[in-house]
Amino acid sequence: MFDLDTWQEIFSTIRKNKLRSILTAFSVAWGIFMLIILLGAGQGLQNGVKANFEADAVNTIWISAGQTTMEYKGLKPGRFLRFTNRDYYETDIQNKHDIDQLAANINVYNKNISYGKESVNYRVVGTFPALEAVELPNVTEGRFINKFDIERQRKIALISSKIQKELSKNEENLLGKWIKIDNISFKIIGIYEEANDRENNKVYIPFTTAQQSFGLINRVDFISMTLTNLTIQETIKFENKLKKQFASRHNFNVEDKRAIFINNNLKNYEQILLLFAGITGFIWLIGIGTIIAGIVGVSNIMIIVVRERTKEFGIRKAIGATPWSIISQLLLESIFLTTIAGYIGLVLGVGVLEIISKYMPKSDFFLNPEANIEIAIVATLLLIVSGALAGLVPARRAARIQPVEALKEE
Amino acid sequence: MLRIENIHKSYPMGKSKLHALKGVSLTVNDGEFMSIMGSSGSGKSTLLNILGLLDSFDQGLYYLDNLVIQNLTETRAAFYRNKYFGFVFQSFNLISFKNAMENIALPLYYQGVSRKKRNAIALEYLERMGLREWANHLPSELSGGQKQRVAIARALVTQPKVILADEPTGALDSQTSLEVMELLKEVNREGITVIIVTHEHDISQMTNRIVRLRDGMIIEDIAVEKKDTICLT
Repeated sequence: MFDLDTWQEIFSTIRKNKLRSILTAFSVAWGIFMLIILLGAGQGLQNGVKANFEADAVNTIWISAGQTTMEYKGLKPGRFLRFTNRDYYETDIQNKHDIDQLAANINVYNKNISYGKESVNYRVVGTFPALEAVELPNVTEGRFINKFDIERQRKIALISSKIQKELSKNEENLLGKWIKIDNISFKIIGIYEEANDRENNKVYIPFTTAQQSFGLINRVDFISMTLTNLTIQETIKFENKLKKQFASRHNFNVEDKRAIFINNNLKNYEQILLLFAGITGFIWLIGIGTIIAGIVGVSNIMIIVVRERTKEFGIRKAIGATPWSIISQLLLESIFLTTIAGYIGLVLGVGVLEIISKYMPKSDFFLNPEANIEIAIVATLLLIVSGALAGLVPARRAARIQPVEALKEE
Repeated sequence: MLRIENIHKSYPMGKSKLHALKGVSLTVNDGEFMSIMGSSGSGKSTLLNILGLLDSFDQGLYYLDNLVIQNLTETRAAFYRNKYFGFVFQSFNLISFKNAMENIALPLYYQGVSRKKRNAIALEYLERMGLREWANHLPSELSGGQKQRVAIARALVTQPKVILADEPTGALDSQTSLEVMELLKEVNREGITVIIVTHEHDISQMTNRIVRLRDGMIIEDIAVEKKDTICLT
């Protein structure tokens, strides 16, 4: 069955029925190609968003002040709330058990930052050493802010490598150099670089320095923290507890949705994971649909092939072909074609994904598209088997009927 | 060599049945050159197909080389067809995507003859048919006479005991028909039994024995008087 002659017979049949062979091969190759692209795109999306999330610690909570929308204890709605150092201290004291790292932060937008003749405008963030655990800035040179910087209100700063490049046209390393923020000199003690480019647009300075230097005594813009190991349910409970603490401190209704904003990253993360489960399910649905379409395509072609060749089989039987020789020839033809075509689809799909991941501009939502090769191979095998099975039924019938019947076919 | 007794065969035609053979008995000896005649619908092709194991029969006995042919599996039938018979059809029945040489070599493929050897044998037969230079041509590039000669070569390539020809000249002009008949006669001279189904009187006259069928029954079985030459027109 697997001797050279059988293969020569199969090759010559395939070669001499080009259109039919190409159509079969195309439907298989296309199915596999689409499956690979789909799986790859899904994986890329997932990788992208996951990388985005992993830029920050997962179990973090951010709190910022808003505007009240509900009347409370005689206070009219529409009040703007402001956080102060007291919020920071009391949050720290009241939640020692739940909070791992806690940072109060000041956000100052559009500060003029200059070095020599170059000057740029960026956001300045006054913060605590704890932020390093919350935001996970990727410090490539030097160090992050420490507690002595806070205690002594040191005039030091961390800039991103992007800002460094903009400040020194001749690619100078600014670590240890002095820059000016609003004409106040700061020494650069660290350079950071984030994968997500939007995160590279800020300058970190000590929280106390920010309050003192920019005349923002007692001001806190947002509080960020990481939590000790809490489950999603526990973080939601903790979120509510925090809200109550802030409500009593600032006199607003706990039900007020806009008085303060609490961003629970773990909750978001869980939601994103859920979303991905959805996307993955959807991709599978489409993928399975594509495979089914491929199976139907191959089956159809096989059925047509058998019908088309019934007369040929009749001739072959008249000159001594056994039913099995006809069935095996047909199956080998089909298996050979679908295997080659499936492999081509596989290679093309993986190739396209490689090209995409190499040449596509960096994006926050798409990273390293890659297909699960095992799934692709299983899908190819599935197509091969189903193509063979689809051919088997009509082939058996064609092989069984009396040659005289087969010869009558046109 | 071939002996059938009281063969019946009917085909379903919608709800009714077409009784194609109504108890046919016939003995064909080795080396005979015979024709089966009859108008269309007389059952002559059915008889030939049954003799060639291309079709089954409902009732009766068939002895092939003293073997009882009964309830053959398709595999067994394929073996006997390959061993005993060579077929020649009115519409040639060459495989369209194989060239002349490959068509002739195909029966040998099913005998397990190696490619080199079977192609060499096929070329020999093409040579004999005077078609050596047409070896690499597809059937669509051959004339009717050439196609039939390729088909005869294919039938002969396994060195069968019997050649069964169903209207072998039906699609050919008279001159080509004559050539084909001469070829079959030559084949018969080598000792191969040749059975031809035809409705043409001229053709049957070239054989040595004529069996005439009407409505599924043999109505005449005669030996043809030997003539040394064939008169044309």
